[in-house]
Amino acid sequence: MTMKSTFREKGGLDLLKVGIFSIPFLFVTSASADWQLNMREGVTEISRSVYSLHMTIFWICVAIAIVVFGVMLWSVIHHRKSRGAKAQNFHENVYVEIAWTVIPILILVAMAIPATSTLKKMYDSTESDLDIQVTGYQWKWRYQYLEEGVDFFSSLATPAEQISGEAEKTENYLLEVDNPLVIPVGKKIRFLITANDVIHSWWVPDFAVKKDAIPGFINESWAIAETTGIYRGQCAELCGKDHGFMPIVVEVKTQEDYAAWIQDQKQQQIEKAKSAEKRWTLAELMVTGKEVYSKSCAACHQESGEGLPGAFPALKGSAIVQGDPSGHINIVLDGKPGTAMQAFRDQLSATELAAVITYERNAWGDSVGDIISPSEIAKLKQ
Amino acid sequence: MQKTSSNKKIVLRLVFGVVLMFGFGFALVPLYDVFCRITGLNGKVDLTPGSYMKNSEAARGLKIQFISVNNESMPWRFKPVESSLKVKLGQTYRTAYIAENLTQNDMVAQAVPSVSPSEAAAHLQKVDCFCFNRQPLKAGERKEMGLSFNILPTMPAYIKTVTLSYTLFDITATSEKSIASNSE
Amino acid sequence: MTTGTEQMIDKALVTPQTEHHHGPAKGFSRWLYTTNHKDIGSMYLWFSLAMFMTGGCMALLVRLELFQPGLQFLQPDFFNQMTTMHGLIMVFGAVMPAFVGLANWMLPLMIGAPDMALPRLNNWSFWILPFAFSMMLMTLFMDGGGPNFGWTFYAPLSTTYAPPSVTYFIFAVHMMGISSIMGAINVIVTILNMRPKGMTMMKLPLFVWTWLITAFLLILVMPVLAGVVTMMLMDIHFETSFFNAAGGGDPVLFQHVFWFFGHPEVYIMILPAFGIISEIIPTFARKRLFGYSSMVYATSSIAFLSFIVWAHHMFTVGMPLMGELFFMYATMLIAVPTGVKVFNWVATMFRGSMTFETPMLFAIAFVVLFSIGGFSGLMLAIAPADFQYHDTYFVVAHFHYVLVPGSVFSIMAGVYYWLPKWTGNYYNEKMGQLHFWLSFIGINVTFFPMHFVGLAGMPRRIPDYALQFADFNQISSLGALLFGCAQLLFIYNIVACIRNKNQATDKVWEGSNGLEWTVPSPAPYHTFTKPPKID
Repeated sequence: MTMKSTFREKGGLDLLKVGIFSIPFLFVTSASADWQLNMREGVTEISRSVYSLHMTIFWICVAIAIVVFGVMLWSVIHHRKSRGAKAQNFHENVYVEIAWTVIPILILVAMAIPATSTLKKMYDSTESDLDIQVTGYQWKWRYQYLEEGVDFFSSLATPAEQISGEAEKTENYLLEVDNPLVIPVGKKIRFLITANDVIHSWWVPDFAVKKDAIPGFINESWAIAETTGIYRGQCAELCGKDHGFMPIVVEVKTQEDYAAWIQDQKQQQIEKAKSAEKRWTLAELMVTGKEVYSKSCAACHQESGEGLPGAFPALKGSAIVQGDPSGHINIVLDGKPGTAMQAFRDQLSATELAAVITYERNAWGDSVGDIISPSEIAKLKQ
Repeated sequence: MQKTSSNKKIVLRLVFGVVLMFGFGFALVPLYDVFCRITGLNGKVDLTPGSYMKNSEAARGLKIQFISVNNESMPWRFKPVESSLKVKLGQTYRTAYIAENLTQNDMVAQAVPSVSPSEAAAHLQKVDCFCFNRQPLKAGERKEMGLSFNILPTMPAYIKTVTLSYTLFDITATSEKSIASNSE
Repeated sequence: MTTGTEQMIDKALVTPQTEHHHGPAKGFSRWLYTTNHKDIGSMYLWFSLAMFMTGGCMALLVRLELFQPGLQFLQPDFFNQMTTMHGLIMVFGAVMPAFVGLANWMLPLMIGAPDMALPRLNNWSFWILPFAFSMMLMTLFMDGGGPNFGWTFYAPLSTTYAPPSVTYFIFAVHMMGISSIMGAINVIVTILNMRPKGMTMMKLPLFVWTWLITAFLLILVMPVLAGVVTMMLMDIHFETSFFNAAGGGDPVLFQHVFWFFGHPEVYIMILPAFGIISEIIPTFARKRLFGYSSMVYATSSIAFLSFIVWAHHMFTVGMPLMGELFFMYATMLIAVPTGVKVFNWVATMFRGSMTFETPMLFAIAFVVLFSIGGFSGLMLAIAPADFQYHDTYFVVAHFHYVLVPGSVFSIMAGVYYWLPKWTGNYYNEKMGQLHFWLSFIGINVTFFPMHFVGLAGMPRRIPDYALQFADFNQISSLGALLFGCAQLLFIYNIVACIRNKNQATDKVWEGSNGLEWTVPSPAPYHTFTKPPKID
């Protein structure tokens, strides 16, 4: 939506560029042509001033290029031996050399002035309306609304079949998540960015916000979104195997919708706690467990449960999975220090934990046969 | 042969340079800290305190916010007692974090503090902090860990909110060894 | 200094007598024991060509996976290993050894010296490389795979979260570092000490000057790289906490130390290129280089500035405003001396009498395409805009524009330029020009669209991407295939040139100027055993 409109505004020149570039390649142009060429203007004051800074410098560079390459091209055409050109003998000229040292410096100063003022605006840390803690995990994001107490994980929602090519790829392929970050329009939102394991980077192009999420350190950034809508970004710092699969989706809602959403989130948390008290059958747990497994475990241990040799251990046939339930529960809840195995205690609800543990114990032809009940996990989680 | 001896001189100097630069690489670790302090690069000192003289008389207030992060597989429950405090410059405040070891093993943790915006770090002085020491908790143990700090009157006026974050790292594996070697 | 080191140096300094009055020995032992700068130069160049093809194949695998959205050929972890290895091999295995090879061959010929100053050291510094890279490549077959944390190997991904093979990676980096340092020492001693009477510093050809400055950069930064990987090694195996926040360390410190090495490293890969281009353009414009002394000063100031701009690679780590501004201004300043160089080249061509043989074509393409990389570099220097560019394909486009049509084109230009002197035969000019045009088209088709996908929001180092990036990625992949295939022509042309009988004159090129063109073609095994007269 935003992309299309940007495209239209850019007009003729870009169309020309597209034209030139696509001529030799018409035969490979696929149906999903988008041909977005330029940076997005975005939906915040900051992102617009970054965009105009970008365009200013771009045009300055184009102007310099035209002059320099123009002179060179002229020489290449006119001062060639085949045209009978005789080489001149000059090889120094102090005045010219001073001129082309001083003029670039002046141009640079002209560039630095707007850049400095934009940067200062970005670092403005006046009081915010809403503070959200953003934590990068391998390979998902966690959002904690500090005042409201809302806390959830946000991970890739694109089904594995689309990635492997077994299913048609849909519009927001790789840019969709299960739980988007929701913020109100027109309010100053402060993002407190950190990480749980390795360095990640939280990037939403439409806000011109990109900040590294560093374990043990806290970074901040802020945005005031001016229009409602859905804005998509991705992790921008290599963070291991699934770096390409941890998108960021921000939904900007009106004040009222946002308030309703917060209410709804709080309600859901209560319901999740209740569901643990219900009696679950093996079949029900297996269905939920498979879903949770695909989302939270399969990235490392693989859908087949066979892991990746040397990097991630197999669960299929594993002694922990087939052994005493308490050992299995412990490792899922508390993780394993010094390895990539995370603690899922806070990441998943009691029901989800019980379901996924049950699933692991009974999938891939291993059938220990026992049921781990959600209420049992709920007790451990307290 | 004349050349050879002067070659040797240059080579020795260059090798010396190489050794020096290798050392310099390591020296960068403490230098980084010093450099940050002098230039304010990492926000350890702000060189432009600007309007502080005027503002300090009015005992300006600001919000200090506490957040907690569990690193990696750290399974403890770890939360600030208060999520934020309204504070005045030039005073000492006391608050706490609560940690609870939910596992069935005795564990040791280390909390690592971080302040945002980084310019505020130099003006937030810790008097006493649980991050000064390792924090051992027995299986199932729960503990309130205290923290007192000064907000220096030098805090730049443009800072309205300071966030103090603690990341809790599991150091059980490494601390077992050092405890064994220097038992008190 | 220990006596052990002194003895080693003494050994390296003595020119072995056995080879002094004979031609080359026969067979494999010639290459193993050789201390002849021409032999060693050739070995460096062949090694670098082999690495260039290896790294290129890895790039093609990466482009194959990125040809379409979805995961078709490479799993994400292997994809990361390929991007990492591609970067490491191209930087440390292809570009740097190629420049060292050219230095070995040409420096003594250009300054009129009989050989490099430290021939035995020279032999060692080459022979370390094959072992270093075998070790590096071996990691791909180890449990958990090879390095998968990017060529910048940021901690803690490269320490706490690294595959077990990381230790071998660290040793390989150490070996490469030692090799580079030995090479650099040799270059400095040669240039300072082996000049015949009359060859004053301000008479040195620019390739020699740029290499001298590069060698000092190497001496200053390679030990820092060795330091940073040693700290990694200690963090991994000896429970120190340089980069681990839990023990009081700082992952951002890693980036500071790495880029303190890394940014000068970037110039190590481009300064000798400036030198080569400054040799070639005057030859084919038949006109003296414009602004020789300003070229020397510009190179020195670029080298100096390279030490105070490192944190522009880290604008997003959360530096305070003051730091961001300092590094932004310092970085923008680099545009000035770089601009001076480009203007000088253009002024050299202006009112010359130009012909367009293959080396000149590469050199002209270098000036244009390197400048484009320079422009995107200037854009990246603007900190607020960098928040949008950082770690996207825009950056990938930028550094490939300065490294491929920059460094690599200059190396190819140099090879075509000096090949007749090395082999005694002219290469096939038509095939050379075809190679140029295919490479030129391939490069631009590969890397130009990357600007667009980067601006549109595609992060780098991802094995799979959103649908809106599909078309440009497809174009890039086809361009990469074209560029890759074109290099087969390059190899064929070199081999054919060695074997053919198209005898080159001593001067080789009509406009050539300098000591290297006064010796016969091919250059005999020993040259300038008597110092030349220099006016």
